Amino acid sequence: MILAILKTGFRALRRDRAAFVLSFIVPIVFFTIFGIIFGGQHMDTTPRVNVIVVDQDHSVASQRLVQGLLHEGSLNAFTRPAQEKGGPVPVDYTAASAEAAVKAGVAPAAVVIPRGFGEHPIAFGPEGDSPAEPIQLLHDSSDPVASPYVSGMLQKTVMTSLPDVMAGEGMKYFEQAAGFLTPEQHERITAMLSDLRTYASQPDSGSGGGQGSSGMSGFVNVKVRDVVGEKKQSPMIAYYAAAVGVMFLLFSASAAGGSLLDEAESGALDRILSSRVSMTTLLLGKLIYSALQAMIQLTIMFLWAAAVFHLDLFHHLGGFFAMTAATSLSVAAFGMLLASISHTRAQQAATGTLLILTMSAVGGSMFPKFLMPPLMLKFGLLTFNSWAIEGYTKVFWRDEPVAHLLPQMAALLVGGLLLFLLARRFAKRWEHT
Amino acid sequence: MALASCRAKGFRFGMTALPTVAVPHTTVPLRIESLVKRFGQVTAVDGISLEVQDRECLGLLGPNGAGKSTLIRAIVGRVRPDSGSVSVFGAEPDSPAARAALGWVPQELALYPLLTCSENLEAFGSYQGLRGKALRDAIAWCLDWAALADRADSVARVLSGGMKRRLNMAAGLIHRPSLVLLDEPTTGVDPQSRNRIFDMIETLRAGGTTVIYTTHYMEEAERLCDRIAIVDHGHVIAQGTKDQLVEQSFGGRSDVVMRFSNGSPDASAWASAQGGTFDGEKAHFTVAQPTDIATLLNSAAQGRLPVADVTLRRPNLESVFLQLTGRSLRE
Repeated sequence: MILAILKTGFRALRRDRAAFVLSFIVPIVFFTIFGIIFGGQHMDTTPRVNVIVVDQDHSVASQRLVQGLLHEGSLNAFTRPAQEKGGPVPVDYTAASAEAAVKAGVAPAAVVIPRGFGEHPIAFGPEGDSPAEPIQLLHDSSDPVASPYVSGMLQKTVMTSLPDVMAGEGMKYFEQAAGFLTPEQHERITAMLSDLRTYASQPDSGSGGGQGSSGMSGFVNVKVRDVVGEKKQSPMIAYYAAAVGVMFLLFSASAAGGSLLDEAESGALDRILSSRVSMTTLLLGKLIYSALQAMIQLTIMFLWAAAVFHLDLFHHLGGFFAMTAATSLSVAAFGMLLASISHTRAQQAATGTLLILTMSAVGGSMFPKFLMPPLMLKFGLLTFNSWAIEGYTKVFWRDEPVAHLLPQMAALLVGGLLLFLLARRFAKRWEHT
Repeated sequence: MALASCRAKGFRFGMTALPTVAVPHTTVPLRIESLVKRFGQVTAVDGISLEVQDRECLGLLGPNGAGKSTLIRAIVGRVRPDSGSVSVFGAEPDSPAARAALGWVPQELALYPLLTCSENLEAFGSYQGLRGKALRDAIAWCLDWAALADRADSVARVLSGGMKRRLNMAAGLIHRPSLVLLDEPTTGVDPQSRNRIFDMIETLRAGGTTVIYTTHYMEEAERLCDRIAIVDHGHVIAQGTKDQLVEQSFGGRSDVVMRFSNGSPDASAWASAQGGTFDGEKAHFTVAQPTDIATLLNSAAQGRLPVADVTLRRPNLESVFLQLTGRSLRE
C-alpha cells in the first residue's frame, strides 16, 4: 500500500509542472545566485567573535595581553573550555587543543602567544626584524570575518593593555636605530623610514592577517594560519548548498503535505480512508514520499555544487547521505504537521511560508551564521536549518567522520519524530467526522 | 459469526475471478438500527432504522439537508454515530471485513486529477489490497465496465464530466464489493452518459450486487430501485416499493393537474379552497374518482378561471414526495 502511495505521489509530481519547477529548478537558480554573490567573499560587519587564547609564555606582558583580550568588549575570548555542570574544572587550552577546537568549530579563531613573547613583545619595523616568535592566529576560513577582526582587535589590545611596554620597546628601537642622532644615525633613520614607506606602499600593508601574512604586522608580529580547509576552494559553497537546499526542502515538504488537504477537499481522502488504508499508513506513505523527494532534491543540489563550484562531494558520500537522510525525514515530518494543523490549502500555504521564511532566517539559510548575534544562534537551534547546516559543514568543511554527525542527526530525527507524532494526533480530525 | 465468501454471488472480471475477499456473511448486507448523529445543535440523523436485503437496490430519496449524506457516511464508517448501530454483513462499518465488502462512490469526484484512468484505478485498487494479476484484471474489467478502455491513458482532469463520473464509479468498485453505495452518481452528466451509468448499474445488479442509491431524480429511482426510503429531517418518513408508497400516500386516488390560460391572480386562493395546491403555474388536486374532475371544472367556471388544460394521472413518486414532505425533491 505504501508503494502505491509513493507511485501516486511521484506520478502526480511529474505532471504538476509548477511543483516540479519549484522542487528542482528554482533551488538550483537560487543556490547559484547565493553562491556567486557570497562564495568566498568577506563581510564587513560582525557581532562579537569567539576566540580562544593560549598563553605559552606566562610572562607579565603575555598575561597582561591575555587579560586585555579577555576584557575586550568586541571579542568573546576564553582560555579554557566551558565547564560542564557538576564536571571538573577544564584545563587551559594548549596550542594543540586550541587548534583542534578551531577545527571542530568551537571557535573560528585562536590566538597563541609564544614563549619569549615577554622579552620582545612589540615589533616596530618589518616582520623579519623582530627577534621574537610571532603570535599565532589560527583560524577557520569558513568564517571569513573572524581572522581579520581578531587580528585587528589584537593590535588594539596591545595598544590599550601594554602602553608602557610599547613606549619602552619604542625607546629601545629608537636607540637601536638613532643613537645620538649623529649623521650616521640620521642616515639609518632615513633608511628605516624608507623601508616603512616601501611597506606602506604595499597593498596588504597593515592588514595584520590574511593568508600567511608577510611584512610588518602591526605592533605585535602576528602570523595567521588556516587550520581548516587550507586546500578547499570556497568555504561557503557547502554552507549555501545546505542552507538554500534545506529552505527549499521545507517549501517542497509543505507542498507535498498539502496533498492531504487537496485530497480532503476533493473527497479522495474520505474514499482512501474508507478503504483498507488507515490514517497512520497514509501519513507514513506520504512522509516517505516527501522524504524521498527531498533526498532527490538535495542530491541534485550537491551534484550541481560539485559540478559548478567544485565541492568535493564524492569523498564525503557517507556523511552526505547520513545528513541528507536525517534532514529529509525531518523536513517531511514538518510538511505533515503543517498540513494536519491547517484547515485549507490557502491557510497551509500562508502558515507554511511564514514559518519557513522565519526558520530559514533564524536558522542560517538566508544569512551566514557567523553574522548572527549569539541570541539568534540560540534560537536557531530550534530550526532544522541550523542543525542541517551544522552537519553539512562538519562533513564538507571539517572533514569529520559520520560518527561525529550524531548530535545533528539526532536533533533532526528526534525533532522529525516529534513533529510526525503531532501530525498523527492532529490528523485524527480526518478519521471520523 | 460465520465468515463466508461474498464473491460467489459477485460479478467476475472476464474469465479471471479476483481473489476472494472474506467478509462476515449474514443474510442481511446492511442493517441500521436507531441511528442518531448530531452536529452540535443539529440532529442530522434522528433514529433511522433500515435493512437492505441481499441483491436488493434501495433508493434513498430526500431533499438537500435531509440527512442522506450523513447516513451514507455512517454506513461507510466515516461518521461515528452518537447512538444506534450500523452493521455491514454483521461487521462494524470501519472493520476490515466491512471495508472489503463495501464499495462507496461518493458524490464528489474523488479522483487524482493528475493520474490517468488506469493509474487512478491502480491506486484505489492497491488501497483495497489488490495486487499483481488480480489488480491488473480488476483495472481491465473496470475500464471495460465504465466504457473507458480507450481513455485508459488519459489523465483524469481532461476527461468529460460523464467520463469522470464513470471513472469515479469504477474507482469505488475496483475491489468487487458485495454492497455498493452510489451517492448521486449522475449529478451533472448529460442524458447519454446517464444512460450509460444506468447500464453500468444494471450490470452490477445482474451480477448480484446489493445497491444503495441516492438521487434527486425520481425517474432514476423508479427505474433502478426495488424499494425506496424517503428521508426528511433525519427520519425515514416512508419506505416501500413505488406502488406501496403511492398506495400509502394516495390510496386509490389520482392526481389532477389544472393549468390556466392566463395567469389568474385568484387561482391560488381558489385551489386552496378546493383542497389543492398552486405552484404558481398549475393547480394540483387528488381525486377519489375521475368523475370528480367535473366538480372542479364547474367550480373553476363559477370562479371565472380560464382553464387551459386538465390532466388526470396516477400519482408517481414525485407526488408521494410532495405529499409527504411538502417540498419538491430538488429544493
